[in-house]
Amino acid sequence: MSRIFVAGMGAVSPAGWDVAAMRNALDRGQPLPVQSLARPGWDHRALRVRLVPTPIPRPEFLAHPRLRRSSPISHYAAAAALEATAGLHAQVGDEALRLGIVVCLQTGCVQYTCRFYEETLKNPATASPLFFPETVYAAPTSHVATLLENVVVACTLVGDSSAYIQGVALASEWLADRHVDACLIIGAEETNWIIPDALLHLDRKAIVAAGAGALCLCRDGTLSSGVELAAITDAHSFTSGRSRPLAAKTMREQLGKCAPGELLADGLGNNPRTDGAEQVAWSDWTGARISPKRIFGEGMMAAAAWQFILACDAVARGQYTAANISLVGANQQALGARVIAGQ
Amino acid sequence: MLFPPSHFPSQPLRVVITGAGLITALGRGWKPNAEGFRVGRRAFRPVSLFDVSHQRVKVAAEVDLPELGSEVFPAGRLGRRQLDRLDRAGKMLLLAAQESWRQSGWQSSEPDADQLPLVLGTTSGGMLLGEAYYRQAVQQPSRQRQQATRAVQYQSQLQGRMVLDALGCSGPITVISNACASGANAIGHAWNMVRAGRAERVIAGGYDALCQLVFCGFDSLQALSPTACRPFDAQRDGLALGEGAGIVNLETLDCARRRGAEILGELIGYSTSIDLHHLTQPQPNGNTTVTVMQQACAKAGVTPEEIDYLNAHGTGTVLNDSSEAAAISTWAGRHAATLPVSSTKAGIGHLLGGAGAVEAVVCLMALREQWVPPQTHFETPDPACKFPVVTQPHDAPLTTVLSNSFGFGGVNATLILRRWA
Repeated sequence: MSRIFVAGMGAVSPAGWDVAAMRNALDRGQPLPVQSLARPGWDHRALRVRLVPTPIPRPEFLAHPRLRRSSPISHYAAAAALEATAGLHAQVGDEALRLGIVVCLQTGCVQYTCRFYEETLKNPATASPLFFPETVYAAPTSHVATLLENVVVACTLVGDSSAYIQGVALASEWLADRHVDACLIIGAEETNWIIPDALLHLDRKAIVAAGAGALCLCRDGTLSSGVELAAITDAHSFTSGRSRPLAAKTMREQLGKCAPGELLADGLGNNPRTDGAEQVAWSDWTGARISPKRIFGEGMMAAAAWQFILACDAVARGQYTAANISLVGANQQALGARVIAGQ
Repeated sequence: MLFPPSHFPSQPLRVVITGAGLITALGRGWKPNAEGFRVGRRAFRPVSLFDVSHQRVKVAAEVDLPELGSEVFPAGRLGRRQLDRLDRAGKMLLLAAQESWRQSGWQSSEPDADQLPLVLGTTSGGMLLGEAYYRQAVQQPSRQRQQATRAVQYQSQLQGRMVLDALGCSGPITVISNACASGANAIGHAWNMVRAGRAERVIAGGYDALCQLVFCGFDSLQALSPTACRPFDAQRDGLALGEGAGIVNLETLDCARRRGAEILGELIGYSTSIDLHHLTQPQPNGNTTVTVMQQACAKAGVTPEEIDYLNAHGTGTVLNDSSEAAAISTWAGRHAATLPVSSTKAGIGHLLGGAGAVEAVVCLMALREQWVPPQTHFETPDPACKFPVVTQPHDAPLTTVLSNSFGFGGVNATLILRRWA
């Protein structure tokens, strides 16, 4: 069995356009500022969101022909991917590297989807053909693959936030099968009014956030950023025969006991009702703990990626010897992972 | 644990299909579909699901969906309220999964039924619910009725959960959305899982329902045929949309033999790749398509000469078919001249996320019943086609068949199936 290492990380979040900005915001420990977002039909109220700040100066890669007209989710995914692979490109020639990409989404390309559907309802005969292709879940994957050029296989996974760890597992399979030399796992989301509007029905306290996170895995230990993938639990789905709390508990049991010097990166927000299952599953945890959603907001798949990346970053910087990542999804399944200091 | 894996077979395991279910505009289940595909029946009609009066094109292959109730699903597994929450896509998915489950003879009482993986491919999942959410949110902003249910059930993983609940089992749910290659990718991913010993049995397939956003989208691109869908015809002028679902139950050969199950066919090869040329257009010379077919053949241990029939992606658009024709001709070489090729999209339309899975089931039917599905409405072959397009129903001794699927965004997938005799 191949060992799998973390070769790089990248992030775009409401804190800024790199991992350092996200790490600094986490270290400050204060929830990021909230912005107002207009909603059609609401004159006196607004939705609350955490948006990605406009990058200054505008990154050069946004001039790529594929990204000029694409929606923000592709920009976030591309920026995170470039940051995560920067070290890899410096050490290995592009020609020699076969790269895979797994892009994980929960709500996907909502901006162009809403714009296109709005046009459809007004007059389908004049709906813009430029928007429609960008509504497809696979669009960000395609754009990022084209930008990176040396991509040989790609997959887009859809699901709740737990699907991010499924993406990590798929990447590990491709690496173990020697199908690729390195593999990016990107979690990304964009937002417009419809996502916070929908979330109001499910979790009134959550504040939607946008952005992306990218993790680059490799087999070659010399490319490691100092972190090794140690374990991924089974995917414990929520069905009529297995409740969300039970799935969370089973996932937690697979990750083992807390040891000194270890970190837990959990997915807790600020709602006792939605956090309950995960809270109970990890009630025995006595070690250090981070809850990125409390700082950055409900970024769904992007938040899952941020959780994973912040855990890896803390291990890579020598703050912890190992980190556990807990993802108890909203409505699909619970998965966990463990990373350790390596190479 | 998904990582590190606990079990490594010394050799890749053989993967067989013991259940297959499908629903298309030709009908519900194996029999009406086999009868329809065998003679190249076309199932298009005026769209009744939403207003198309302002569209260029006004036809699609709509499914006649039965009322779902306890006669379809075992009593107690799914309640009336659960069934009421399903949209068309979810209902078609459930019907196909139920048929496949019954045919396979799998039981919810079996020991691994609480860890049975489900791998689905879809492009739009519960988009009909998403459309309804949007309309109500914009047109009646203060009205909240049903919006919470739509916000949840819109998500395709919920449709997967409903399948597992209906079948009385649990397991990891994976939803792949590689545009029109999704269904083939889902089956291929499941094949990889079984072959590598990561699961002994997997349910896999694809589904999509017609919805206004997608219909209008393809129409806005002028990708829909205003005449008739004629893949590989020199006069072709676009695709036709359809809807449906295809599901297969995959298991190791050992498992099937142990159970004494009837084996419908063997899945022997799969590969996937990405074409970086354009978001919506394939590489004109089909280079990536050649590669994916070569890789699938290498995994299957067959040469192009051993492929007896090729079920093409064949959408009927000018660009797709010319690229795929070039790729098939390059990949097959001299064998192209005698390789029967057809696209069953000529009969049931393009099922998007469901296409690759339904077409895999069509290949299984052809292998089981020894016929080649024809495309009627085919007049003038595109000169790029160095292969014969099947235009007349006929029986044929088929041993090995290949199915191609390509998607927006550039993901390509090839599946290879072998007759079980």
